[in-house]
Amino acid sequence: MTSNSLVYLIALPLFGSAVLLLAGRRSDRWGHLLATALSAGSFGIGLMQFSQMLSRSNEQRAVSQKLFSWISVGSFEVDAGLMLDQLSICFVLLITGVGTLIHIYSIAYMSHDHDRRRFFAFLNFFIAAMLLLVLGDSYLNLYVGWEGVGLASYLLIGFWNQKPTYATAAKKAFIANRVGDMGLSLAIMIAFATLGTVSFAGVKEHASQASTGALTAIGIMLLVAATGKSAQFPLQSWLGDAMAGPTPVSALIHAATMVTAGVYLITRSNFIFDAAPTAQLCVAIIGAITLLFGAVIGMAKDDIKKALAASTMSQIGYMVLGAGLGPAGYAFAIMHLLTHGFFKAGMFLGAGSVMHGMDDEVNMRRYGGLSKFMPITFATFGLGYLAIIGVPPFAGFYSKDKIIEVAFNAGGIKGITLGVAALLGAAITAFYMTRVVILTFAGSKRWDDKAHPHESPFLMWGPMALLALGSVTSGFLFTHGDALRNWLAPVVEQIPAHEGELLSPMIVSILALVLVVLGVSLAVIKYFLNEVPETVPENVTIFTKLARRDLLQDAFNEAAFMRPGQSLTRALVKTDVAVIDGAVRGIARLASGSGKALRTTQTGFVRSYAMWILLGAIALIAAIWMVTL
Amino acid sequence: MNSTGNPYVPILVIGAIGFGFAAFSLVAAAITGPKRYNRAKADPYECGIEPSPQAAEGGRFPVKYFLTAMLFIIFDIEIVFLYPWAVTFDKLGVFGLVEMSIFIATVFVAYAYVWRRGGLEWD
Amino acid sequence: MSIFTAPVLNYSLLAPILIVLAGAVLGVMIEAFASKAIRPVAQLSLTLGTLILAIAQVWRIRHQSSLTAAMGSVAIDGAAILMQGAVLVIAILGVLLIADQEQFTVLAAAVPGSEEERESLESGQKLTEVYPLTLFAVAGMLVFPVSNDLISLFVALEMLSLPLYLMAGLSRRRRLLSQEAALKYFLLGAFSSAFFLFGAAYLYGYSGSVSLAGIRDSVVGGSGNDVFFLIGIAFLSIGLLFKVGAVPFHAWTPDVYQGAPTPVTAFMAAATKVAAFGAMLRIFYTAFANAYWDWRPLMTVIAIITMLFGSFVAIAQRDIKRMLAYSSIAHAGFLLAGVIALNKAGLDASIFYLFAYGIATVGAFAIVTLVRDSTGEVTDLKRWAGLGKRSPFAASLFATFLLAFAGIPLTSGFIGKFSIFSAAYESGNKAIVVVGVLSSAIAAYFYIRVIVLMFFTDPADDGTSVVIPSMLTRITVIAAFIITIFLGVFPAPLLNFITSLAYFIR
Repeated sequence: MTSNSLVYLIALPLFGSAVLLLAGRRSDRWGHLLATALSAGSFGIGLMQFSQMLSRSNEQRAVSQKLFSWISVGSFEVDAGLMLDQLSICFVLLITGVGTLIHIYSIAYMSHDHDRRRFFAFLNFFIAAMLLLVLGDSYLNLYVGWEGVGLASYLLIGFWNQKPTYATAAKKAFIANRVGDMGLSLAIMIAFATLGTVSFAGVKEHASQASTGALTAIGIMLLVAATGKSAQFPLQSWLGDAMAGPTPVSALIHAATMVTAGVYLITRSNFIFDAAPTAQLCVAIIGAITLLFGAVIGMAKDDIKKALAASTMSQIGYMVLGAGLGPAGYAFAIMHLLTHGFFKAGMFLGAGSVMHGMDDEVNMRRYGGLSKFMPITFATFGLGYLAIIGVPPFAGFYSKDKIIEVAFNAGGIKGITLGVAALLGAAITAFYMTRVVILTFAGSKRWDDKAHPHESPFLMWGPMALLALGSVTSGFLFTHGDALRNWLAPVVEQIPAHEGELLSPMIVSILALVLVVLGVSLAVIKYFLNEVPETVPENVTIFTKLARRDLLQDAFNEAAFMRPGQSLTRALVKTDVAVIDGAVRGIARLASGSGKALRTTQTGFVRSYAMWILLGAIALIAAIWMVTL
Repeated sequence: MNSTGNPYVPILVIGAIGFGFAAFSLVAAAITGPKRYNRAKADPYECGIEPSPQAAEGGRFPVKYFLTAMLFIIFDIEIVFLYPWAVTFDKLGVFGLVEMSIFIATVFVAYAYVWRRGGLEWD
Repeated sequence: MSIFTAPVLNYSLLAPILIVLAGAVLGVMIEAFASKAIRPVAQLSLTLGTLILAIAQVWRIRHQSSLTAAMGSVAIDGAAILMQGAVLVIAILGVLLIADQEQFTVLAAAVPGSEEERESLESGQKLTEVYPLTLFAVAGMLVFPVSNDLISLFVALEMLSLPLYLMAGLSRRRRLLSQEAALKYFLLGAFSSAFFLFGAAYLYGYSGSVSLAGIRDSVVGGSGNDVFFLIGIAFLSIGLLFKVGAVPFHAWTPDVYQGAPTPVTAFMAAATKVAAFGAMLRIFYTAFANAYWDWRPLMTVIAIITMLFGSFVAIAQRDIKRMLAYSSIAHAGFLLAGVIALNKAGLDASIFYLFAYGIATVGAFAIVTLVRDSTGEVTDLKRWAGLGKRSPFAASLFATFLLAFAGIPLTSGFIGKFSIFSAAYESGNKAIVVVGVLSSAIAAYFYIRVIVLMFFTDPADDGTSVVIPSMLTRITVIAAFIITIFLGVFPAPLLNFITSLAYFIR
């Protein structure tokens, strides 16, 4: 199937971004409306495509559009083409749907910022790039979108770059993402070198002929890419700092969409990972590590956005874990991604609403008892909270429990380890999310009288309410009759469920619920029944201290990457100065003894250069001699 | 040259003649030349001009000599090309005449440039 | 006495070369006879006019080919046309930069720091000799890739080199550095020319012919002394590898790039590479093609060393021009991969890469000319910190060129790298692809580092600023930017054009 309208999905927001940037201040008055309308238009096209898809049989659903022939060299051809299949439509609807809601929310949230127009231009640009990422029909096209969202993320994190720390945060995100991008480009190169093609269809077709070694290499490189973009261990450190960006950005880019691109990449590359078990295992392990890592950090954060960011990291860990479990897990990884898109975006918007009412205060120790002042925010945030900790029948219950279940059923020690990690993560999640809710909305007020907490305007709570609706219903809708699994079946090949399972779904759900209740009660005891100090207590265990310092992730980065990198560079400089220049200068200085250094170094240089040429010539002749003898 | 024999022999012979000539000249000059040393003999240019400014300032020689020498070489080479043309003038015909005129004209451009830019003025 | 026949020249096919040469000679006449006041304008318009006329001629003859345009000395074919076109386009952009006379001294012969120099600078005159010199160099670059025998090759090599030696010494500021660069370039260039000639002599000894076709016949026939042949290839290659700046014949590159006036560096870095690789491709694809077993392993090693050396040492550079010089060394390595590929795809890819790289290079150096303080250009990398905040426009353009060098998608450099590596892959040379990709990754690091420096570091208050570019410089920068992006997004038209034209007649 081909379609001519796919390109408009991307073109609309891209056009909006161009208009807003080019028109400059002239569009200050209507720019945000245009951007929102175009994003909604994109959502409309997405819905249209979706309904057309529904009317076709399962095998006929994917549509594609060739834009132009991008590279054609010899036997190598890459078309700039778009492909919309069952997997990408999920993302298209999530990106444009949540994106549009967040556009609406931002109209109110950013109304006092005199650069609101620029903000909307970047937001539209992000939507376009993210759509390109999920619609591209080859790794190369995906890469273009991948770089685009990275740029948008950088621009938006540093949107208030007059604050140096914010600019630093943007820089950190940029660099961590670069490392990941390197992984992606290496993966593409290896794929091309071994398979001779970079389109999804082509790689899928040829994957069976490639050696496991090559596929493992590609898989590992794709995983590196995913860890960078999705803030997974060990490239996770940028996400917390990325909260410097305006809150709608945190909701859209750093919770619902962009950070899940890594999960998309892994799921999209299922044909590679399924043929490279080692790489797949690495994916699962990284996911398990990150889900615990993020959860532990989440327990210690007092900044509401950073606590939510840690939670995002942890939830994406669940998704990556799901995707790393192979055919059994892909559908649930995507399901968790979608439900997470709803509840986490909703909670971020809720946090934004709280900050809006509290003079941009982010320290939860200065909140407390806000439920009275912000009932709607409390309600929507609360629904998201119930969803994330996995209380039935909210969305997270369906998606997270499924991942835990699949992890247990992965078989052997691997299954038990991953399953236990996932369960443990659920308990910790319950603890820290309860902590966030209690610190913010319950208890006594800890803010001073200068703050006047108030409910946010309709433009803000409207989107929050819609997202809360999604947090309540989406899980049930996706699992009802295995709707999402069957939908995704043509893209990710599946083994039949319920086969040689270790724990039945019922037992997993009960175990998870018990642990959740445990986590919640601990948090209630610690933060609701006891007084919460306004200042950060210092007499805490070493573990809390570590968690506050993000489990030393920055120290680790510094020690493991930055310092060696710097010393390598320094060593190279030194070699250059000391050995090469030094030798030449030394000889020259001996010869000249005094003054006129320049002229003598000059002859010294040329002589040594000429010597290089001569030595090269001799080496060349000698080598030819040896080769041809 | 007959076709038998090593083709490199003539090269060797020419080399030998060249070497012999150089050796002969040196030896002959050393044996037969009169040896009367004086100050002029020790100068870089035996025929007159003092190298200036002094070597202490960097040992520069006035560029004028080089300019003149290079101009000489340009016209020298022109003659080298004119000579074979003159020999085959009848075979090359109009083509040769036009090409040689262009060649002479281009050499003249260089001469005109040097002249207009004061390269021929001694001081 | 042998029978002598008058030579027949196909003036129509030689028109681009002849036009440029005529323009150069006219330029000398202007220098001789025009008044000082009108010289700058007259020279600039003459030079640009000449180059545009030459491009029109190249376009006119694009579908023709002939081995006998100049009695077998030059081969006009599709590949030659493309190379000549690339040289001319780059030359036009380069001349627009050279027109910014701020960069040039007035009296090149004056002793640096002397009274005469000061007077000449104060007189407000312009150095206009640089235009005819540029045209002479361009003429040499037009002949170099079309030369079909060793004699024309050598003449072309000298014709393009001699003016460049002079031009390298014309910088207005840091005169000593500039003169040093010129002298070094000249001495080492003469040294490598000697190797080239030596190699040519051996090849003549091997095949009894100076024409590429004759050498090819000997290679195919297998007659002749193999030792002569191998020494000939090695020495001839040294002359060419020197010009393209391949390791270990690269030592001049950083010093000369740094010392030469930046517009000259831009022109030299871009156009010389096109011409030299054009000649190299022709020699290796025609004369030596059938002996590839003898030279391929060695050239592979040189390409690998060149890529790695350029990428690694560039990391340690603290001067923007030196960094770009080492980056050009690395790029020479990538281009060698195209030479070694020895297939049609390799030829296509090399030509595309040369054009894309040349344009981006001119653009990058053009931005370098704009970053100044009160004493002239600022090339110390540290002082480029925070440029993105002061002049986002110039910094963004520079970042684009760097990204093109790094081979990031949506820039011309990406397409170039991809096509050249895929050609190398097709030829079965996997080692070079792996090393190429690795060193691209290393190289990306220092390009990105400059971008990070420009955009994410706080500016120091040291008077570094971007001057308002002149109209001509602006045209160059914008044109280079547009071409770089266009070739990244829609490379297909140019790639198809190159594929349809690029072949060597034998």
